[in-house]
Amino acid sequence: MTTILPRKDVVIVGLGWTGSILAHELTDQGLDVLAIERGPWRDTATDFNIGYAQDELRYSVRRDLFLQPAVETLTMRNDPSQTALPMRDFGSFLLGNGVGGAGVHWNGHTWRFWDSDFQIKTNLTKRYGAARIADLQVEDWGVTGAEMEPYYDQFEYLAGISGKAGNIKGQLQEGGNPFEDPRSRDYPNPPMEMTYAPTLFANAGRSMGLHPFPTPSANMSRTYVNPLGITMGQCTYCGFCERFGCANYSKSSAQTTILPVLMKKANFEVRTDSEVLHVDLAAGGKSARGVTYVDTSGQEFFQPADLVLLCAYGLHNARLMMLSGIGRIYDPATGEGTVGRNYCYQTNAGVQVFFDDKNFNPFIAAGALGQTIDDYNGDAFDHGGLDFVGGAGINCIPTNGRPIGTRPTLPGTPKWGSAWKKATVAGYKSTLGFSSQGSSSATRTNYLDLDPTYKDRFGRPLMRMTFDFPDNDIRMSNYLCDRMEEIAKTLGGKQYNVGRRKKGWDSVPYQSTHNTGGAIMGTDPKRSAVNTFLQSWDVPNVFVIGASAFPQNAGKNPTGTVGALAYRAADGIRNHYLRNPGAPLVQA
Amino acid sequence: MFTVTATSASFARSLSGSLPWAPLSSDPPMQVVSGGWQFFTPQEAALVEAIVDRLVPADDLSMGGKEAGCAVYIDRQLTGAFGTSSRLYTKGPFLPGLPTQGYQGEANPAQRYRIGLAAIDAFLKQRDGKTFAELQPADQDAFLTAMEAGKVDLPNGVKGPGFFGLLLQNTMEGFFADPVYGGNKDMVSWRMLGFPGARYDYRDHVSKHNQPYPRPPVSIEGSPEWLVKRS
Repeated sequence: MTTILPRKDVVIVGLGWTGSILAHELTDQGLDVLAIERGPWRDTATDFNIGYAQDELRYSVRRDLFLQPAVETLTMRNDPSQTALPMRDFGSFLLGNGVGGAGVHWNGHTWRFWDSDFQIKTNLTKRYGAARIADLQVEDWGVTGAEMEPYYDQFEYLAGISGKAGNIKGQLQEGGNPFEDPRSRDYPNPPMEMTYAPTLFANAGRSMGLHPFPTPSANMSRTYVNPLGITMGQCTYCGFCERFGCANYSKSSAQTTILPVLMKKANFEVRTDSEVLHVDLAAGGKSARGVTYVDTSGQEFFQPADLVLLCAYGLHNARLMMLSGIGRIYDPATGEGTVGRNYCYQTNAGVQVFFDDKNFNPFIAAGALGQTIDDYNGDAFDHGGLDFVGGAGINCIPTNGRPIGTRPTLPGTPKWGSAWKKATVAGYKSTLGFSSQGSSSATRTNYLDLDPTYKDRFGRPLMRMTFDFPDNDIRMSNYLCDRMEEIAKTLGGKQYNVGRRKKGWDSVPYQSTHNTGGAIMGTDPKRSAVNTFLQSWDVPNVFVIGASAFPQNAGKNPTGTVGALAYRAADGIRNHYLRNPGAPLVQA
Repeated sequence: MFTVTATSASFARSLSGSLPWAPLSSDPPMQVVSGGWQFFTPQEAALVEAIVDRLVPADDLSMGGKEAGCAVYIDRQLTGAFGTSSRLYTKGPFLPGLPTQGYQGEANPAQRYRIGLAAIDAFLKQRDGKTFAELQPADQDAFLTAMEAGKVDLPNGVKGPGFFGLLLQNTMEGFFADPVYGGNKDMVSWRMLGFPGARYDYRDHVSKHNQPYPRPPVSIEGSPEWLVKRS
């Protein structure tokens, strides 16, 4: 028996970064907004309590704040010829759960993508010819860097990002990233105080003619009051950031930047521990009537709404579209269908440099405290003589010294016994690590669809992920490893180790929770699932907001762009959609 | 039906008009009380204590894994969500997978320990007529090395490298986790590394590059140094 509830103007699926931004914007517009969140309410004082937040086993190893595979997992395989099997535990990526979503336990690296990232197909074709990207499924986003700038600015000021501008209105700024697009003003907060390892890394980079700069960080360099009037505290460099909630109100999240204002609004409500099963479509499938969800009593509800916003994690947005019949599921054999198309990831590699005479105090750290070199990212460098497209940011961001997970040792060290222990003690404080965060190119056979065999706890098909690193991206990553090796040699040290990325994506060791695509934005309904305001081409009163909209991934963390896209979607709804509800904002 | 989290269940609710926070609503970890075994039989416990004492041997850097409480830690973990895989995806069919697809077995960690420890006992009894704990340390190490490398044919289909990996993973968790979970006695591993533990503010030391951090570690449950201060 499904209980039918009173109508709402807007129903939002998921109350993380994007759901909170959209809820705030649309309640300001006077709409009656309901958010339905699968996980629990989460509160700094209760759930990230300073008396026990520093618990590596509970939060990092057992992952208390994350989505548990018993609730929802995916099946995976490396290519379409294999049988996908369920990820019985998560490993390579760790998905969020509960109010605040993955924004609770992120590190806080907050990037802008560049105009050359947004207009990537046009740009690469012009610079290197169409043949260079013939093996890839590269797509333009349908927006320019200049169009996205005001939305990035809005998100960075909401979140109080600490950083140093490299380019303000076309004027290069000393100490910032010279490769970034022009921004309208500097970051709201100055860079964080730098620890030892990134300082040495930056010195080495500068001596080689590279351009290191402080990584833009959502960890506060000082007390900050954001435009909503919410105060955040200065980061204390505790080293419990990624996988943890912040007990100091120092890391930007929905909890620290939006919810204190949003929750007090009479025209906003959140229902927690309630999972949306699907979006209900009207006869003909051209408009949404609302959503069906189930709460922890097992009771099923139908929530009617005029406007449905999918603001879950990107992967879950794509799955909800598949389960609801919004758009057509992508078929790699024919290239038809758009939902699940252009799933991309991140192509990372890492270097360790071992010293005898240095103490890096690795536990004095923050999630986004470090230095970045963008000389080999995106299209900052000429690919004319090279055999790949794309690039990577080279980051020295030592996030923690938590000892269950962070115990660097020299290659060849045994895993146990007295020799292991001696090497562990020697390596703990004196190892400098840095890594390349590489772009991820779309291909025809990297995609998402529904699994034919495995079901979730409600009997719905799990999503199936088919993914391996494209050859282009392996060549890119090897080129970056060669560049990183040059930096390692400059740093000195007694020995270094380069961990190269290889084919055969392994779902077990942690790599990155930067899963993109599956409901990509664009200007052609045959090749994209949503338009440039993230409105579904097929069901115009549904917007799908998140990294699901990225046509491919750049060599940068996605959250800054996810936040900017949320503001763009909000702008489109407030200033265009509501004048003529139910109509497409863009004519195909 | 309730939300699956590690430590507590929560139920659906509707929130509007205010930030829902109540005093004393904290959710601290369950503290392990040592003494006795909750999962292991005495025979299993003796075997695990002997193994963790070779994985983390007593030497001039630290006490051994047994004294540090690694076996107690594993015992308590196996009685909880970790032991029963209650948070993982455990629906069939169970098919052999590729290495990139991760563990695909049907047995949970509690079952793997029960079967795996019995297999080690049975193997050594047949080969040497002794238990693992009765072997000389060098012979214990030789056996563990062979098991890690897949060079021991354990009975009942137990795969040596897989079970060894589980033992090693859990031993290291116990040795390096907060002592509140039963291992890392007196924060021994943190003192060994120089990790200050559950401290939460390093602002006064950020710019002191290449200088040792001067303060001893603290645990979620406190620090022996606090007791000295109180007396």
